[in-house]
Amino acid sequence: MDLSTFFIQILNSVQYGLLLFLVAAGLTLIFGIMGVINLAHGSFYMMGSYLAFALSPIVADSFGGGLISTLIIGVLIALVLGYILEWLFYSYLYERDHLQQVLMTYGLILVIEEIRSILVGDDVHGVPIPDWLSASIQLSEVMNYPVYRLFISGVCIILAIAMFFVLTKTKLGMMIRAGSVNREMIQSLGVNIQLLYRLVFATGIAIAAFAGMVAAPVSSVYPGMGQGVLIICFVIVVIGGIGSIRGAFIASLLIGFIDTFGKVLLPEVAGVLVYIFMAIILLYKPSGLFKAGS
Amino acid sequence: MKKSQLVFLVILLFSLLVIPFWGSEYALDWTTKTMIYGIFALSLELLVGTTGLICFGQAAFFGIGAYAVVKISANQTTPETMYLLPISILMAGLYALFVGALSLRTKGVYFIMVTLAFAQMAYYVIHDTPIGGGTDGIYLYSKPTLLNWPISSSITFYLFTLSCLILVLGFLGLITHSRFGRALSGIRINEVRMRAIGFETYNYKLCAFVISGMIAGLAGYLFAVKDGYVNPELLSWHLSGSVLIMIILGGLGHLRGALIGAFSFALLEEFFRSEFIFGSFAKHWHLGLGISIILCVALLPRGLFGMPALIQTKFLGAKNPDDIEQAQDNN
Repeated sequence: MDLSTFFIQILNSVQYGLLLFLVAAGLTLIFGIMGVINLAHGSFYMMGSYLAFALSPIVADSFGGGLISTLIIGVLIALVLGYILEWLFYSYLYERDHLQQVLMTYGLILVIEEIRSILVGDDVHGVPIPDWLSASIQLSEVMNYPVYRLFISGVCIILAIAMFFVLTKTKLGMMIRAGSVNREMIQSLGVNIQLLYRLVFATGIAIAAFAGMVAAPVSSVYPGMGQGVLIICFVIVVIGGIGSIRGAFIASLLIGFIDTFGKVLLPEVAGVLVYIFMAIILLYKPSGLFKAGS
Repeated sequence: MKKSQLVFLVILLFSLLVIPFWGSEYALDWTTKTMIYGIFALSLELLVGTTGLICFGQAAFFGIGAYAVVKISANQTTPETMYLLPISILMAGLYALFVGALSLRTKGVYFIMVTLAFAQMAYYVIHDTPIGGGTDGIYLYSKPTLLNWPISSSITFYLFTLSCLILVLGFLGLITHSRFGRALSGIRINEVRMRAIGFETYNYKLCAFVISGMIAGLAGYLFAVKDGYVNPELLSWHLSGSVLIMIILGGLGHLRGALIGAFSFALLEEFFRSEFIFGSFAKHWHLGLGISIILCVALLPRGLFGMPALIQTKFLGAKNPDDIEQAQDNN
């Protein structure tokens, strides 16, 4: 592998890892704080991609908006949807055991997939890259790297930093972290835990949908795309330690590298490498690299 | 054996023995398939209902059992059940040993996610590598015989499946009433206490995991021989999810619950898929299934099996459903 290919693969790994981080962060936060295993989290990623596909022509026709306004509108829709779903459905899951959570969110996946099939159909769609991001950077005579992938990495890094900042430096973040440690205690200190939960949940959903939206132009939009992401994110959460944002970040990047380089160097076994890595981590650290709460 | 169990067994046996003589070919095929799912559900019941381990990757063992028979019998003209079946079961058991040894190091939610991830791993191996023949799957060229006696006709295979079901039911019944089974129940209720009184709980759990994987492998074997065809969907997490739904629908903690669940789930699926009732909307049958899964888990936390007790508490003002079920068990 020559240097420019190597360089491109590194950029690809980082971009894939950061994208996974956005989905995994929501999953691990929702579990860490509310104690709900949200199997349907991948479906919100899928929903984001379909939103990008369905919204971009509407946004362009109505007021000539481009990618940015599509992203904003999509995130707002996802926030509202997350808020409503928490109120209608997820708030009933907090008191139930993991088995019932798994099954009910599994039922939700089937429902979301079928609604998608009814509304948009089962075809594979492509989403065009906007003109101002469609350029490529020439790395060597035959190799070039699309600017849009750099854009994805950039946006993901900004979001990740914003998440770290909110969680570690602000009062809201303090309440969220406290809520993940002791729910009753923070409630008795006068924090509206119900609203806090609803907020965290809606944000987690919106971030997953956002990840789906930015990924849509490079990954194309197809049915069942959320499930692959969901299972990889489970692996990330297990490796990183449930409830740990830092763990999820590091595990996402590791998985990004393993998967991307695995596909280049050992294409025969690439699909399995990630799981083998998880097995090795489990042998040495059965509860993940980082404990929850850090 | 308790009276209610005996009544259930007699009804089950009678109705299952009646079907081949009066039912149509379709009914026979449907019942065979559902009995196989029943065996599959029973295998998971040992883990979830008895031991309290929520395995979300049970389909991997089912699929491995199915793929094993197709791969091994590929070059044989008259494959023999007497050695194919044990090999299938052994293959599934070996993978269960590998998955169990690793995933049992974790607890709770981790265990759910890790079993799911390992099942996905098996899925990708079958799906992506030449071993499994890709998305298209592989055909089983010649159906196995039992001691040189052909069991390929639908009635003989039905009876063969029925006897497997009864054997599995009896075997699991023996296990749950043995010292080993009592220890598994103890682990479900309070694992720390079990360790404190000197049980090496890891070994017990691993043993239960392997037995469960082997029974799932048996179900997979039967499925592959019945259809004469395997594809990677047999290992998909949808199947793992469905079989979990079956045992919840039936009611956890009872072997009968797993069978009731398998049959009601199959009926539910049949209902939502029927074009006779839903017309062209029947192709969106997952919608109805998903909604009924959510409703069933929300409204019937103890499954169909716990329904009489639930009705008694809700409408007849009786005590806690746990007490009633306890009383039923003591009779």
